[in-house]
Amino acid sequence: MNTPVPVGPVPTPESGVEPGRGRVRFVLARLRLMWRSFRNGWGIFMDSRIGMLSLFTIIAFALMAAAHPILMAFVWDPATYDPVTGYSFDQVEQPAPPSWKHPLGTDPLGRDVLSQLLYSTRSEFVLGITAALVTVGIATFVGAVAAYYGRLLDAFFMRLADLIIALPAISLLIVLSALFHLNLFYLALIIGVLGGFGGTAIILKSQALSIKVKPFIEAARVAGGGHFHIIFVHIIPHLLPLALLYMMFTVTSAIFAEAVLSFLGLLDIRMSWGIMIHTANTGGYLLGGTRYWWLIVPAGASITLLCSAFYLAGRALDEVVNPRLRRRND
Amino acid sequence: MESASNTPETPDTRAAGSNASDGEPLVAVHGLTKLFPVDGGPFRKPSSFIHAVDDVSFQLGHGESLGLVGESGCGKTTVGKLLVKLFEPSGGEILFRFTDAPAVSSAEAPWDAAAIRGRLLRSFRRRVQMIFQDPYESMNPRRTIYDIISEPLSVQGMGDVQYRVDRVLEILTLVGLTPAGAFLFRHPHELSGGQRQRVAIARALVIRPSFVVADEPTSMLDVSSRAGVMSLMQNLATEMGVAYLYVTHDLAVARYMCNRIAVMYLGKVVELAETEELLRNPLHPYTKALLSAVPVVDPGRRRLAPDIRGDLATPIDPPSRCRFYERCPAATEHCLNHPHPPMEEKSPGHFVACYEV
Repeated sequence: MNTPVPVGPVPTPESGVEPGRGRVRFVLARLRLMWRSFRNGWGIFMDSRIGMLSLFTIIAFALMAAAHPILMAFVWDPATYDPVTGYSFDQVEQPAPPSWKHPLGTDPLGRDVLSQLLYSTRSEFVLGITAALVTVGIATFVGAVAAYYGRLLDAFFMRLADLIIALPAISLLIVLSALFHLNLFYLALIIGVLGGFGGTAIILKSQALSIKVKPFIEAARVAGGGHFHIIFVHIIPHLLPLALLYMMFTVTSAIFAEAVLSFLGLLDIRMSWGIMIHTANTGGYLLGGTRYWWLIVPAGASITLLCSAFYLAGRALDEVVNPRLRRRND
Repeated sequence: MESASNTPETPDTRAAGSNASDGEPLVAVHGLTKLFPVDGGPFRKPSSFIHAVDDVSFQLGHGESLGLVGESGCGKTTVGKLLVKLFEPSGGEILFRFTDAPAVSSAEAPWDAAAIRGRLLRSFRRRVQMIFQDPYESMNPRRTIYDIISEPLSVQGMGDVQYRVDRVLEILTLVGLTPAGAFLFRHPHELSGGQRQRVAIARALVIRPSFVVADEPTSMLDVSSRAGVMSLMQNLATEMGVAYLYVTHDLAVARYMCNRIAVMYLGKVVELAETEELLRNPLHPYTKALLSAVPVVDPGRRRLAPDIRGDLATPIDPPSRCRFYERCPAATEHCLNHPHPPMEEKSPGHFVACYEV
């Protein structure tokens, strides 16, 4: 009855199985699989016109951000064009309207608006992406852990999330920036933490709950997998697509929050789109209507465009992640 | 045992040592009970319970297969999950005697399921596996067939990658998925139902367990692939010396697969006997009704309607009398006024829980 089928070599720690070959073949096969699923998702994303449009917008802004250091190094004279300390001496009065030398004019302090705009783009990206990564990192972990362990841990994190949602975010940020010197990095961190322990955690937890009750989790337990294995191998990979989506939305809210705080003059930042509008406002030019449009429109339009581009890219990604939203074209 | 000293424990080394005598049963279940609270919350004690499994006892020998038969909701799957420690029992005990296992305290002592924790739990998982009912939901759709089958090996740190690949290829061939190499990097959704259930069987057997709980492994398959999967499981059982607990609602499947059959009704085992004995000579009224419901391929034969009234009673806080009382054609005053009848051996190896037999 109990005769075993003799099969395979018995491995001992020092048995002569080459460790390299199998692993390389494995990694290659896995990369091929990942490439295939990426191509599938990309195909769906490409079908979405809004998704492509927003992707191009984001790329355009990324190019703008990359252009600034190049222009400063090779084309623009730092004394005139530095976004913070520059001064355009050849203008009779500041702010000067757009001209060949200053395509978007100068601000009330004689600085080039285009240079400010390009310079700020980079910090907006850094801010948005840092905040998004922090949010998603925290929210994925909190969501998975709260859903998996349930009970007290779940209750704690969900009440914390309720608390954070109940607090008005912008007002809280205003108070925090009054108490501390907030630079770009701390702002990103705070926005990330608020988002990560707040609403995003609830959404990812609800997704994790629907994964946790799947029979393959029980199968993993029977196979001998511990809590760590189940959370990281079986639950979190199922949360990542949704997490990516919420990353996009967080970028939007981070850029928006920064613009508001800068406009109120509460941030310790060299230059940003919000500060550009803030400068126009403190000089009294915001009330001048359309006469001084170049002080407001470039920064305002950039905030609007980049925020909506990230948001719409998120919606298009939603379709990739969530098959139920897909239109059937076959 | 000596082999547990310094060589890493692998299915091969364990299987090689499994020549001990099989006098004791592999699994012995005594008075197993599982209650699920119906109400209650974090601050309130639950007042009523679903008696999913209520005072169930049976034994299962090495290499034997026992069928657990009953209608939906009678607690048969719960018994299976208790045996693989997916649930903790509310009462009773489960004892395992693995011929090959390093002894817990003394060489003769069985493993008490309630005491299996930590390192022992890992050892336990190497010997007891489960095949799940639903081959669609019981596999992580994001993982490849290789990931799924090698999971028991990899989470237990058995062998290196090359070793695991060899094992997976070998078990894939054994369960009839050939060429095995072509399946390694497929995803579950690329396979048919029958193929997936073969993968599920491969996952349970890749670690060479002594005992497998099979939870209706063929119920989600269409009839054409059912027979193939059943004979595969039987072949593997005899080849590897695996003992099965076969949870099913299908008497025909149980008859084909099992040495003995236990019939469950509302959390209680009501009859337990050798397969042929049970089918030829059913004693409990419920077993008789179950058997009379099996279709017979004979258009000329008139079948008597089973003499059973009503519907399945609720398992929530049932009265202490015989569970089958409301529906039983043979019920008497005695049944009403006495607790649920104990299991009695009517003929050798044939146990029935009924006062009127």
